[in-house]
Amino acid sequence: MSDKKQPEGWKQLPIGGAILEGGTAKKYKTGDWRNIRPVWNKDKCINCLRCWIYCPDSSIILKDGKVAGIDLEHCKGCGICSQECPVKPEKAIKMVSEKETK
Amino acid sequence: MRKKLAITGNEAMAYAMKQINPDVVAAYPITPATEIVQIFSQYVADGEVDTEFVAVESEHSAMSATIGASAAGSRAMTATSSQGLALMWEMLYIASALRLPIVMPEVNRSLSAPINIHADHSDTMGARDSGWIQIYCENSQEAYDSLIQAVRIAEECLLPIMVTIDGFIISHAMEAVETFDNKEVQDFIGKYKPVHPLLDIEHPITIGAIDFTDYYFEHKRSQIEAMNNVMPVIMKISEEFKKTFGRSYGLFEEYMMKDAETAIVVIGSTAGTAKAAVNNLRKQGKKVGLLKIRVFRPFPAKEISEALSKLKAVAILDRSAGVNAYTAPLFTEISSALYTHGNNSKAVNYVYGLGGRDIFVEDIENVYKDLEKIVTTGKVENLINYIGVRE
Repeated sequence: MSDKKQPEGWKQLPIGGAILEGGTAKKYKTGDWRNIRPVWNKDKCINCLRCWIYCPDSSIILKDGKVAGIDLEHCKGCGICSQECPVKPEKAIKMVSEKETK
Repeated sequence: MRKKLAITGNEAMAYAMKQINPDVVAAYPITPATEIVQIFSQYVADGEVDTEFVAVESEHSAMSATIGASAAGSRAMTATSSQGLALMWEMLYIASALRLPIVMPEVNRSLSAPINIHADHSDTMGARDSGWIQIYCENSQEAYDSLIQAVRIAEECLLPIMVTIDGFIISHAMEAVETFDNKEVQDFIGKYKPVHPLLDIEHPITIGAIDFTDYYFEHKRSQIEAMNNVMPVIMKISEEFKKTFGRSYGLFEEYMMKDAETAIVVIGSTAGTAKAAVNNLRKQGKKVGLLKIRVFRPFPAKEISEALSKLKAVAILDRSAGVNAYTAPLFTEISSALYTHGNNSKAVNYVYGLGGRDIFVEDIENVYKDLEKIVTTGKVENLINYIGVRE
């Protein structure tokens, strides 16, 4: 049995498709769009925060000014973080096929 | 003070707009639009209104800017006609689905090709399912009165509304129109209180967001319900208007219908011509009547069907073509209303006046003669007929 909440019926919705609060993108889990996922290697990361700057979905999680992980509920797997990671020779973020992680 | 003015239909619409004094008017005031916004822009230039006038580069932009202004929380209006309405098409659906109470005078003129700027209903009939409320007016007085009521209707229902007059026949013809005092109009329409204005920065909202398979249908269902609820609002505001200003308007007008055996259904300025025909035939003792549709959206199917229930035969006159190998829009909908309400009257369709072709009292008298024949023979020979076209 699914514990997923039944979406609202038409009588419950605000009129005109309006969204009556801010910051609602957080509730929209776009992680399941992903084909490839970023895998972050803490030991290689130099905390330059380029990934954090470039991520279009604000999915790089910071703690005390350092990278702490990746928000996979919202990351769409675009790969920009990995592309921009300056660590050499092996990047601190690698993109891996979703199939391989299952 | 109330004043009786000799003005054209365009002037009557523009004068009502002046008294409504909207916050924003965005328009493209050249052909195919009529003079309505041109006259209104003079009021703006002369400081007679507080309106922000946005001169845009097309009707698509006119409707887009009006939508933006309305969403921001202002009372917003525009006006158009013919091709102009056609160019607004995409945005008409957005205005209604976003539930924006935009009020738009519209002058009914034919659509190209061939190029023609004279009266017919092809423009707004094409927009009949765009989610806008539609009120068609017989004359300038009705247009003036209806435009003032339209503000209240739109804002209470949160749906856009177009109020139409026939091109040239009404838009450019001078008639006596009783106008109200500015204050009376302002008191009647009241101060606009938007429901979810975008400019309310204390309560940030999003409108026009993407809506996939999971919610689109629910939002459409909600929009359909909004239209379902419009008719009682129109009647309520009409009643209030009657109390304040003395003139009464319904969803449609029944003329000599009480004992009528045959009748025609008509929309727009031709109702005036048809009333003259009814008067002539009544003098000859013929039991003929007329039903003039005023509110076409929402479509008062049940009420129309009831009004036509005692007839032996009815002719439905369309000033736009169906171009669908069947019949024209008004006939299609009214015959459907008759069928779904168990009314078995014989119904026949007449298309007339395309591109502004004149229709005369005798033409309409001939329709009643045809109806008499249908009653006698019990047969409708041609489901659709064309009045005044050369064979």
